Amino acid sequence: MAQATLPPEVLDDAKARRYNADAAGLGRLRAGAFVAPALVLISLFLVFPALWVLYLSLSNYRLTGAAAAAPQSVGFDNFVKALTDPEFWSSTWLTFEFVLGSAVIGQVVLGFLIAWIMRDRTGPIKRIVEGLVILAWILPSAVVSFLWVALLDRDGGTLNTLLHAQDFAPLLDHPMLSIIVFNIWRGAAFSMMLYGAALGNVPPSHLESARLAGASGWQQLRDVVFPHIRGHVLTNLLLISLWTFNDFTPFLLTAGGPDGKTEVLSVHVYQVALQGGELGYGAAVSTVILLINLVVAVFYLRLLRSKK
Amino acid sequence: MTRFVLHRIGFYVLVAVLLAFFAVPLLWLASAPFTSDPTYQVRMPDFTADNFRALFDNPYALGSLWNSVLLAAGTAVLVVAFATLAAYALSRVRLPGRDALLYTLLLLSSIITGTAAMVPLFQLAVELQLIDSQLGLILILTGGLLPAAIFMMKDFMDSTPKSYEESARVFGATPLQIVRHVVVPLVRPGLATIGVWAVANVWGNFLMPYLLLSDVEKQPGAVIMYTLYTEGGQANLQLLATFGLLYSVPVVLMYLFVSKKYGFRFHGGIKR
Repeated sequence: MAQATLPPEVLDDAKARRYNADAAGLGRLRAGAFVAPALVLISLFLVFPALWVLYLSLSNYRLTGAAAAAPQSVGFDNFVKALTDPEFWSSTWLTFEFVLGSAVIGQVVLGFLIAWIMRDRTGPIKRIVEGLVILAWILPSAVVSFLWVALLDRDGGTLNTLLHAQDFAPLLDHPMLSIIVFNIWRGAAFSMMLYGAALGNVPPSHLESARLAGASGWQQLRDVVFPHIRGHVLTNLLLISLWTFNDFTPFLLTAGGPDGKTEVLSVHVYQVALQGGELGYGAAVSTVILLINLVVAVFYLRLLRSKK
Repeated sequence: MTRFVLHRIGFYVLVAVLLAFFAVPLLWLASAPFTSDPTYQVRMPDFTADNFRALFDNPYALGSLWNSVLLAAGTAVLVVAFATLAAYALSRVRLPGRDALLYTLLLLSSIITGTAAMVPLFQLAVELQLIDSQLGLILILTGGLLPAAIFMMKDFMDSTPKSYEESARVFGATPLQIVRHVVVPLVRPGLATIGVWAVANVWGNFLMPYLLLSDVEKQPGAVIMYTLYTEGGQANLQLLATFGLLYSVPVVLMYLFVSKKYGFRFHGGIKR
């Protein structure tokens, strides 16, 4: 530490610059040691699983039996099997419905609506509405799932009591619609908060002049507000699509049933790989999920970069 | 004038509908724990303590909450410690390939989700004998949260002044001492943010403990809650109501605390 005791002005220029950036005198070696524990865990439990899933997807690995002891490479058979399997396509289609209905349409529209009607309000109404919406978002998924099971129950569920209906069982009769409405309820808070922040950035003078020029509410929204928040809309769409696409919570409500009518891809992987024991095939479906995630994430990161 | 009145009426109708939509599913959680012999029906509570007594007699309920605390605290401590060290080094030293590394990490953490990686993680846990190990689960959860945590932490590190570190160094402090006594106090809000974020993520996580812990005595609240309502035919509503409430209270308190203390900070990707 001899060098460290020298006052900074004694050092020559090049040294001073390095000194400045690395103020604690860490040096590359110790910096590497600081990064190492994090990198080890990330490599082991994040990067390695991603590579392993690619390898597994090319094998006939099973949870039990002969193929568990000596798995063999089967090339792209698992992918061919997935792409020709009607169950895979039905899961993909259900996932598409789920993401489109609950995230892209439901959460975005409801979240924006709440942010819009509350935009220049203060006071208890705003606090209560926002508080409830956020509460639905922060409660643990195991709890809210059961609350919805109780709400939608066939005998005595709150919904049936409210509707004075007998034997109406939404989870059995309209399972997909149930998990879509559930997920809108569950996730609207994020969109609400994001749009709330975005609407705060729309200059009030622009809205004022539009109103003076006689623009209707809808015209103001389209011509003044939307151009200002377009970036936020895109960010919001990408993030909630990614989360909803990877969401495992539908499993807690319906476990994929009845008859696989709510078996979205995340649940499908669980069913075929860990319930059915076909690890290789499950890994192939996981690979498809990874690829879709990759496309969405790259798109999102590009967007972030171009903003900077 | 009529236009204005219609506007008002429309607003209040909309607010009423929204309140009903968001409040009705929650009513049960507010009433059933305090109602004797709860059913699915929402009734006026008679404020009995029997349900809580029944819960305290259940062998796994309170233990599972303790398991949730262990998992959440263990993961948060590791995430904060490792993310701080890594973010500090990445912020101050130009390691080769630093920007590419950060970009890749962020990309990986958003594409490798529990859903996509459940098969290999399960297998990895079997191979490393980490099934039914809480420490193993903590390490796995830490690995998943670290990239985003490093990313958030580096923002905090980049915005702290370096002059304190320089003076500490002039007085002969070693790098580890500087990190502990100079940097950590400066980025305390960042540490708190990441700690809370990690706790919230682990507290609600169902998939990973469900896959990797099969011993009932080690399972956290999320898994116990699910087994309470799916196994053994008739769901025990007494237990479910009180357990759901107790399991929810910490996250709500944490949220209130954070939003009061720091205001709401918008970190993209705070939930997964």
